[in-house]
Amino acid sequence: MERIPILRMGQFLIVSIQVDMHDRLALTLQSDLATRISETGARGVLLDISSLEIVDSFIGRMISNIAGTSRVLDAETVVVGIQPAVAITLVELGLSLPGVRTALNVEKGMAMLRHATGFDGHDAAPGSTPLSESSDDSAAV
Amino acid sequence: MTVLRCEIVPVRSQQDVVAVRQSVRSLAVAQGLSLVDQTKVVTAASELARNTLDHGGGGTARLEAVIDNGRTGLRLTFEDRGPGIKDVDLALTDGFTTGNGLGLGLGGAKRLSNEFDLWSRAGEGTRVTITRWR
Ligand SMILES: Nc1ncnc2c1ncn2[C@@H]1O[C@H](COP(=O)(O)OP(=O)(O)OP(=O)(O)O)[C@@H](O)[C@H]1O
Ligand SMILES: [Mg+2]
Repeated sequence: MERIPILRMGQFLIVSIQVDMHDRLALTLQSDLATRISETGARGVLLDISSLEIVDSFIGRMISNIAGTSRVLDAETVVVGIQPAVAITLVELGLSLPGVRTALNVEKGMAMLRHATGFDGHDAAPGSTPLSESSDDSAAV
Repeated sequence: MTVLRCEIVPVRSQQDVVAVRQSVRSLAVAQGLSLVDQTKVVTAASELARNTLDHGGGGTARLEAVIDNGRTGLRLTFEDRGPGIKDVDLALTDGFTTGNGLGLGLGGAKRLSNEFDLWSRAGEGTRVTITRWR
């Protein structure tokens, strides 16, 4: 069955939608994400829609549902990369995606997730071994 | 108004709705619409095609490249022989849905178009025509 891939990066899940999704595919993504969040205990979801050329009411609803479900499962969602023409159209359509965090690009979205969750995206909790120490180790080899 | 090109595509599955979006996009590009106007007309078409499928039980989309007094544009007609719409004004109200949608499709498609025409009769079917000018 056709599926949108969900990547895991430490405490976060990353989804980049690269195809024009039919409705069932969008619903599958919604439930796959909920399953993956509860399986992994992920604390954040980054949804990259920079390749989407339109967001209609169905995809808009999927985005709101993903954000809502994630919140209930104790994960934050950030939607990144909405194209300007898509944003203009969304508002005229009557969808303003209330309660959905957005960021301009993946980098800003990741920063937002780290800030919102207090995690740096790696498996370790904040305050544990900083990355610089391990790179010192490898430098000594 | 003169029709320069006409394409009739079936709207019988979710894949057909995707195909409608793609055909409307190519037509909008060919007619020289700006990126924002392309996005608006493709989004409106997606809403109307989904309504044809979900509420009308399937039908057809007629996609036309038109010219009127030197103005070029797209005219899109979505037609089905489904149950029809009992109260058209109510159906156009944002938030009204008989399914589990947001009730934004019809009103949204109207806002995203330059011209909007809806014909429907209970028990006979529904026909929605939108035009977007360059
Ligand atoms: N082709 C059609 N045949 C019969 N009824 C229709 C048709 N198109 C729209 N309707 C009726 O009009 C209502 C409003 O349509 P609209 O597209 O605005 O909302 P929706 O399809 O219910 O939800 P959304 O489009 O936001 O997902 C529908 O719930 C349905 O009752
Ligand atoms: Mg609809």
